[in-house]
Amino acid sequence: MAGGPRRQYNNPIIRWIEYRLPIVSTMEATLGRDMPTPRNLNYWWSMGMILTVALAIQILTGIFLAMHYVPTAEGAFDSVERIMRDVNNGWMIRYMHANGASLFFAAVYIHIMRGLYYGSYKAPRELLWILGVLLLFIMMATAFIGYVLPWGQMSFWGATVITNLFSAIPLIGETLTTWIWGGFAVDNPTLNRFFSLHYLLPFVIAGITVLHIWALHVHGPSNPLGISPKGKHDTLPYHPYYTTKYLTVFGITLIIFAFFVFYEPLYLNHPDSFKPADPLSTPSHIVPEWYFLPFYAILRAIPDKLGGVIMFIASVAILFLVPFLDTSKVRSARFRPIYKQFYWIFIADVLLLGWCGSQPAGGIALLLARLGTVYYFAHFLLVMPLVGWFEKPRAIPEGISKPVIPKERAGFTAETSPEAAE
Amino acid sequence: MKLNYYLKIIFPISIILVTNFAFAAGDAPVPPKRQWSFNGMFGTFERDKLQRGFKVYQEVCASCHSLKYINFRNLTEIGFTNDEAKFIASQATVPGGIDDEGEAFERPGRLSDPLPRPFPNDNAARAANGGALPPDLSLITKNRNYGPNYIFALLTGYVDPPDGYELSPGMSYNEWYPGHQIAMASPLSDEIVDYPDGTKATISQMAEDITHFLHWAANPELEERHSLGFQVLIFLTLLTVLFWFVKRAVWRKIDH
Ligand code: HEC
Ligand code: HEM
Repeated sequence: MAGGPRRQYNNPIIRWIEYRLPIVSTMEATLGRDMPTPRNLNYWWSMGMILTVALAIQILTGIFLAMHYVPTAEGAFDSVERIMRDVNNGWMIRYMHANGASLFFAAVYIHIMRGLYYGSYKAPRELLWILGVLLLFIMMATAFIGYVLPWGQMSFWGATVITNLFSAIPLIGETLTTWIWGGFAVDNPTLNRFFSLHYLLPFVIAGITVLHIWALHVHGPSNPLGISPKGKHDTLPYHPYYTTKYLTVFGITLIIFAFFVFYEPLYLNHPDSFKPADPLSTPSHIVPEWYFLPFYAILRAIPDKLGGVIMFIASVAILFLVPFLDTSKVRSARFRPIYKQFYWIFIADVLLLGWCGSQPAGGIALLLARLGTVYYFAHFLLVMPLVGWFEKPRAIPEGISKPVIPKERAGFTAETSPEAAE
Repeated sequence: MKLNYYLKIIFPISIILVTNFAFAAGDAPVPPKRQWSFNGMFGTFERDKLQRGFKVYQEVCASCHSLKYINFRNLTEIGFTNDEAKFIASQATVPGGIDDEGEAFERPGRLSDPLPRPFPNDNAARAANGGALPPDLSLITKNRNYGPNYIFALLTGYVDPPDGYELSPGMSYNEWYPGHQIAMASPLSDEIVDYPDGTKATISQMAEDITHFLHWAANPELEERHSLGFQVLIFLTLLTVLFWFVKRAVWRKIDH
């Protein structure tokens, strides 16, 4: 039997299936139980679960929206309004989907910040991280395309600005852009293919998420101390410990999400998206959704169009290289006094870029965007390698269990811990 | 350590500021805030205002502006009875399609019909309005910065232009319209409609009523959204508290 000895199951149906197709044990081995989870994971580790929930929300609400949505330039805007007004609970489904995208990005940015702070990308989790960045790319594509579908002014002009970027590519640019549009401007064929892709990509995300979680399960999650578990006394079974811990986060997330869906559904929305697309009238100020603002600022910071496009893509793609740019021997920023300061400066820089991206290009915002862009790349290309090199890390604890166990129970050893006793 | 602590607090606040900046940007004047009964978590529409607003729409705005996402049947949602809505519909003439001879014909409206549009197409609307297009009003409060506050301010904001201001022919000066020159002359004047409930039809009263009505037209789900949302929040809060206690119970066994 390939894959070595497998678990025995008591349930006769599972046994019957397993004998013919060992799918249950395979799933358990790659995605399910048996993952030794460090006992000291904090709440920042809950975002993976929130991301999975967000993906589920997007797919479920999306499927229902697609049942009523009409992917034509003539019908799209009206069909969305019909969903809002005439489909049973259509307004709720749509507001969940629209705000769900923001939830998804908020969670993924926290997830990535967690990774950058605690060095989650370091060996042996490089591929896990790279799969994550790939997920981020596809998420961005999906969200951008989805934003086009309601065919309001912001949809249309957002699509025009972004697809036009391809025309900056030398030689093939014009041809490529025409090919993407399916015509000579963003129009009905563009909308049709965007709908097709918007339905497809979330399932690609789901597939890559399986690989991402599979890779996670090979070495287990990292942890706030960044030291590997030395044995059973350093780990806990994921269930019930982390399931219960993260269900609380899940609940709080749903409360925040419900608040937006029911009470501020348009907080993150631009009023121009309620005007049907009009190719003859350009909005005075085209702004992308909040989650693209820092990257949009980088795009506009570069005076040359092609250069802007390259930096735009590079600003996300550079995350692929993080595992190889960080030279530190120590994973967690907790023990990296210098890197920790740079980390927060970097976060401030990204927020600054986000603000710049929301402003009309020019003046002080443009100047700050340029400085911010330089710093953004310098963080990855200079700070990460050099600080790792020169910094003297603080003393690392010997094991995970020690700092977790309160002082009054310092006599608590591996032998007497409840897991060892089991 | 302290610096980190501050940054952790500043971070979420900045996110909120950044998103806010993104949308409040622009140099149009900021209209004053008003109290609306539909604001807030328990906000609802006032039926008498909605019905008066509908009357203003029908008698004043409907000659220029369409309200294409509203059907006659929706009028039952603002407090008209089914019969009243049917009657209002029957007063309108709507296109009835093509008859057996191949001719287009018209018929009285039914509940399932959308409110009739004043112009057959945008060009006709422009031609009748000196080149300016009166926008459809179904989404207007969502389609303008500051929403209802802006619409109210606009309708009550017709004033004499400042000395020396060059007003183009056919244009009016409005304090709150971006750029101030608007192609719509003040649609409201005192007593232009006759309210059956005896409310005095001042400009400000009518502006309040029509804005209320238009906010309903843009958000017909608002009341359901608010009341369902409240139940959902209560449920989720209880659920989260439960999750928290479960977590505590499970973790008490090990290291707390
Ligand atoms: C005589 C025709 C006419 C009538 C009646 C009329 N409007 Fe208008 N309205 C217009 C035109 C034309 C415009 C476009 C103005 C422009 O683009 O400068 C307009 C624009 C508007 C706008 C958009 C302003 C903006 O921010 O762009 C609103 C809101 C509006 N009208 C509300 C109303 C309401 C409410 C009523 C009824 C009380 C009404 N109008 C009655 C012709 C009319
Ligand atoms: C569709 C989007 C994504 C989903 C659904 C997802 C899901 C998950 C889940 C369930 C986990 C395990 C729980 C956790 O450690 O938080 C995880 C871990 C991880 N993810 Fe993601 N993720 C996504 C995107 C990303 C992105 C964009 C990145 C990085 C750029 C990333 C990097 C990581 C890393 C490094 C870990 C391991 C963390 C550790 O062990 O310290 N993920 N992901």
